Amino acid sequence: MSEAHGGYYIPHGTTWPIIGSIGLTTLLAGAASLLNGASVGSAMMFAGVAIMLLMLFGWFGTVIRESEGGMYNAQVDKSFRWGMAWFIFSEVMFFAAFFGALYYARVLAVPWLGGGDEVTNQMLWNGWQAAWPTNGPADIGGEFETIPAWGIPAINTLLLLSSGVTVTFAHWALKKNNRGALVLWLIATVALGATFLGLQAKEYIHAYHELNLTLGSGIYGSTFFMLTGFHGMHVTIGAIMLTIITLRAMKGHFTPDRHFAFEAVAWYWHFVDVVWLGLFIFVYVL
Amino acid sequence: MWVEKAKRVLTALAGAASMLGGTTASAEYGLNLHRGVTPISHEAYDLHMLIFWVCVAIGVVVFGAMFISIIRHRKSRGHQPAQFHESTTVEIIWTTIPFLILVGMAIPATKALVAMEDTRNSDLSIKVTGYQWKWGYDYIDSGVSFISSLATPRDQIENTAEKGEHYLLEVDKPLVVPVNKKVRLLITSNDVIHAWWVPQLGMKKDAIPGFVNEMWFRIDTEGTYRGQCAELCGKDHGFMPIVVVAKNEQDYNQWLAAQKAASDADAAAAGRDWSKAELMARGEKVYKANCAACHQAGGTGVPGAFPALKGSAVATGPKADHLKLVMNGRPGTAMAAFGGQLNDIEIAAVVTYERNAWGNDTGDMVQPSEVKAAR
Amino acid sequence: MNTATTHDAHHEEHQGGLLRWVFTTNHKDIGTLYLLFALLMFIVGGAMAMIIRAELFQPGLQFVDPQFFNSMTTMHALVMIFGAVMPAFVGLANWLIPMMIGAPDMALPRMNNWSFWILPFAFTMLLSTLFMEGGGPAGGWTLYPPLVLQTGNAFPFVIFSIHLMGISSIMGAINVIVTIVNMRAPGMTLMKMPLFVWTWLITAYLLIAVMPVLAGAVTMLLTDRFFDTSFFNAAGGGDPVMFQHIFWFFGHPEVYILILPAFGIVSQIIPTFARKPLFGYSSMVYATASIAFLSFIVWAHHMFTVGMPLAGELFFMYATMLIAVPTGVKVFNWVSTMWKGAMTFETPMLFAVGFVVMFTIGGFSGLMLAIAPVDFQYHDTYFVVAHFHYVLVTGAVFAIMGATYYWLPKWTGHMYDERLGKLHFWLSAIFVNILFFPQHFLGLAGMPRRIPDYSIQFTEFNQISSIGGFAFGLTQLLFVYIVIKTIRGGARATDRVWEGAHGLEWTLPSPPPYHSFQTAPEIK
Ligand code: HEA
Ligand code: HEA
Ligand code: HEC
Ligand code: CUA
Ligand SMILES: [Cu+2]
Repeated sequence: MSEAHGGYYIPHGTTWPIIGSIGLTTLLAGAASLLNGASVGSAMMFAGVAIMLLMLFGWFGTVIRESEGGMYNAQVDKSFRWGMAWFIFSEVMFFAAFFGALYYARVLAVPWLGGGDEVTNQMLWNGWQAAWPTNGPADIGGEFETIPAWGIPAINTLLLLSSGVTVTFAHWALKKNNRGALVLWLIATVALGATFLGLQAKEYIHAYHELNLTLGSGIYGSTFFMLTGFHGMHVTIGAIMLTIITLRAMKGHFTPDRHFAFEAVAWYWHFVDVVWLGLFIFVYVL
Repeated sequence: MWVEKAKRVLTALAGAASMLGGTTASAEYGLNLHRGVTPISHEAYDLHMLIFWVCVAIGVVVFGAMFISIIRHRKSRGHQPAQFHESTTVEIIWTTIPFLILVGMAIPATKALVAMEDTRNSDLSIKVTGYQWKWGYDYIDSGVSFISSLATPRDQIENTAEKGEHYLLEVDKPLVVPVNKKVRLLITSNDVIHAWWVPQLGMKKDAIPGFVNEMWFRIDTEGTYRGQCAELCGKDHGFMPIVVVAKNEQDYNQWLAAQKAASDADAAAAGRDWSKAELMARGEKVYKANCAACHQAGGTGVPGAFPALKGSAVATGPKADHLKLVMNGRPGTAMAAFGGQLNDIEIAAVVTYERNAWGNDTGDMVQPSEVKAAR
Repeated sequence: MNTATTHDAHHEEHQGGLLRWVFTTNHKDIGTLYLLFALLMFIVGGAMAMIIRAELFQPGLQFVDPQFFNSMTTMHALVMIFGAVMPAFVGLANWLIPMMIGAPDMALPRMNNWSFWILPFAFTMLLSTLFMEGGGPAGGWTLYPPLVLQTGNAFPFVIFSIHLMGISSIMGAINVIVTIVNMRAPGMTLMKMPLFVWTWLITAYLLIAVMPVLAGAVTMLLTDRFFDTSFFNAAGGGDPVMFQHIFWFFGHPEVYILILPAFGIVSQIIPTFARKPLFGYSSMVYATASIAFLSFIVWAHHMFTVGMPLAGELFFMYATMLIAVPTGVKVFNWVSTMWKGAMTFETPMLFAVGFVVMFTIGGFSGLMLAIAPVDFQYHDTYFVVAHFHYVLVTGAVFAIMGATYYWLPKWTGHMYDERLGKLHFWLSAIFVNILFFPQHFLGLAGMPRRIPDYSIQFTEFNQISSIGGFAFGLTQLLFVYIVIKTIRGGARATDRVWEGAHGLEWTLPSPPPYHSFQTAPEIK
């Protein structure tokens, strides 16, 4: 039920979006119920996740089939590119909110509480001095230690940076139609991403069990885990997408000059990479 | 009744019309900003009028041109459309002129703002604390402190009694300040964000939990000035008035001395043992002023939002737990820690009251000394 | 352009009953869905406003308890902004942008379907919170902590419904941008695009830039409530005011999201009925871009009373005042377009002229609010309420209604009833002023906003306002009637519809074929 119009492919009728809406709503309503302590919540959430997975497989499957079927012309390809680029921009702004919070807390809120605003400090938090890292004047969550930048985080930086390089090698290989190298470099990229995630998990466990650094460790814990957590989530998504791209590459998808999906994932991966650099500097080093 | 109302509405409309017509607004209908009683409020008022008239003038020009065009350049009058559609010169002109007008406004605005934010060299500092839904005042230099809450009776709000002149704008204990002194307020909050605002004083400042904001005023005329909490703070945000009474130096000092004497007396009385009847009588007062807003006068609470205390497990269970809960509150809920707001006598009284009122007949009582020990 | 064949194609595609609307990828169908949804939400949000006005008719508590009153205020705003005005604009974008730039459809049709079909779910979730334990959200649409953290079971549902709305808006905005950059017919250069397209391009950019920030802000609320974080808690080193900064970084651009497409609409309507090209096209484009740019650096004018450092207050005051300049350029250009035209005053033109006058009044009060030392007096009073209803109701909503009358004949192929349309305009224009003008006086006299009860000195103006409110609300029934009547029948509309209309959409038949431009039109 689809046709091309002046060459631009316009699908007719699609069931995936409504399934996606149902899935997303079930997922979120389940999560909300769970947060409210209702036991149906978790079942609902899992149902929602299942529906979402079904939707994602179905939707992307359709698009991949159409793409491989040669139904997309260059203009459709360009639409996808613009779409992906703006989607990544929206992600950048999502992270900007949390970087903004980090900036505000470090540069304004904490110094004010700690004496930069004299009356506040004297009347409410007398004797407390501003410092970073901090869990605030009320010592929320108890004393904690931080993770030094030049251990695992530095290794992780190297891992992610090299994965940016390997994915570029994969791209070059694809452009030269060197399928073997393409698949190898992609596998290397996924492996680097997975190692990153493994180390990140290890770091979290260490933080929770040995450093008493948790989400509840005042503003430091809040910003630290929210930033690194959302980043880790994006790495996970990126790694899954890379895996799919790798499988598709193995199946012989993509041509040297038509491989939007590959590039979209590569862009996404670079975006995740850049966010990490920001994190490494502002969360760990400074 | 209805005729009367219609009349009032009509007179108000007439007032509005006369304001639009350009005659000075009759203050009676409250059409315009108050000129107020502080240098700050005067400055705000003057700026307000200035900008208002600038806007009116621009409006007259812009709408004037438009209406001339609407009347003259219509097809029904056989007007032929011109075809001009661009002119860089006029674009530059009407970018520059408004810009200059704005600069003209920004200069006095900057001056006023700088003066308003200058809280140095004050004669008197008062700490103001917002609570859901009342204000606490601490006279920092003299140690006097009290809570000020709505005094309008419930039945006026529920329309079963005639509304008084100062309906919703009356409190049990007003903030008293001397005239012609620079009074600095240090504003904070104990729970959510509130805002302290008395229009006649020309200033409004948010009360933010965990932070202290400063503002100042110098009142030039004796009198009573009324305002309200101006930041949404929950259910009774509309029932959180502020009353400031400005007295001359002498009356003010007298008032201050009386306050000190009363709080000394309370401090002394906290040491002795209180009878149950005394505690119950005082407790009822404290309960009405501090707790009834949520837990209701009959102790029935509001299902889903505020638990009933009538028959509650806490209010009929172990005394120590009850006392602790009232003093420390329940973090993360609307139940605040009253330990900091109420003195030993008041806490003892209100806990005793809750344990014996509405058929909670536990029979026990809490003495002020027990509260002191629990602190 | 070969329209005959498209007509045939479109017949077979129309089958499928109601499910067609669920599965559709067609920009016109989706535009219709958006517009109908917006109308429904306008009625729901309006009903809540009627409850507010009824309670405020007299001092004392009459109909609802204060907590419910607050949740009406909160819901009214959320429903009107995210449910009525924004979807209405997206609906217009869907219908018009492809037709205006000579495209067959939107660039990403499947995603287009999804961005609409998230909305009914999001709003079902949001509205259902009214029935939950502890009631609906009651902390104001601005969701300030710590108050909002006291919400009952509704809390996580409200947060997630906002996430859903955000996802929908972002997808809608991406689609608009991609369509505009990639789907223009050959020869349709950027500076030839109709202003409605331009304003939407810039609006879409704003949406993508700020909706994720709102999502981040409410996510932090969620974790503060459920996962022990301390973003907005001073005891842990956070700051409740930080939320306000993040919220208004979204919130201020958001109000321009609610007005820029309206500017675009008015810039289409006025030249048509003045029979004269839009004056200063390129300066209109630059003014829109300047407004968008400035909108990112003025947010803290909503926060003059939070106790910012003086330098901050000054910066935000100056930056805010500057916005009057590009906005003024737009107003002057509209007036110059009318100047020496040959004007007629059909209903769309009435709404456009009403828009220019009343939006400007709202803009003036905005400028007054921008003056920080006086905003200390105005802030959180009905003066602010009056300001934003002038820009939102007589601004955004009037523009949407004008757009409906303007393009309805194109969409349906039927003319609406001109007499009823004019009646609708005049009743609306009169009553809306009775409704909102007195609120200026109330605010200046000292009535705070968001209160269910007030001292007796405010009675008269509240009664006038409420009466105006009920009358304005009832008048909108007329609008609903006119729209339904036009959809169902009426005099046949010509292709051009309006004598003075220019632009690609008027070269298509009324109603237009299912796929707007099968082959790209030629642009002179
Ligand atoms: C469509 C929505 C919309 C629009 C377009 C605007 C436009 C403007 N707004 Fe408004 N505003 C809101 C929606 C909007 N606002 C909302 C919803 C709130 C309240 C939120 C809440 O708290 O719930 C609010 C609140 C608000 C405040 C905070 C008030 C407070 O809480 O204390 C301020 C303060 O500066 C402000 C200023 C302005 C300014 C300067 C403009 C300017 O863009 C106006 C510019 C236009 C003109 C000035 C008129 C035309 C110009 C000329 C004819 C040129 C010549 C003029 C001069 C040189 C004077 N607005
Ligand atoms: C686009 C946005 C938008 C729109 C269109 C409106 C439209 C209206 N708004 Fe408001 N409003 C806001 C955005 C909007 N509003 C915002 C952001 C706030 C701030 C919230 C906050 O403080 O958090 C607010 C707050 C607000 C308040 C202040 C509440 C308070 O502070 O406590 C009031 C009070 O009068 C009000 C009234 C109205 C009225 C009467 C209309 C009318 O124009 C509505 C007219 C429409 C209808 C009535 C529906 C259609 C008609 C029918 C269904 C027919 C049946 C009618 C009858 C039975 C009479 N609104
Ligand atoms: C702002 C609203 C508010 C005010 C004012 C308030 N309370 Fe409460 N109170 C609550 C809420 C909400 C709870 C439930 C807390 C929870 O969820 O555990 C509560 C719980 C209680 C309980 C425990 C009831 C139970 O069965 O769990 C007691 C006892 C109590 N309050 C006493 C008081 C006293 C005494 C005062 C006044 C001095 C007071 N409260 C004022 C909101 C309030
Ligand atoms: Cu306190 Cu509003
Ligand atoms: Cu703003």
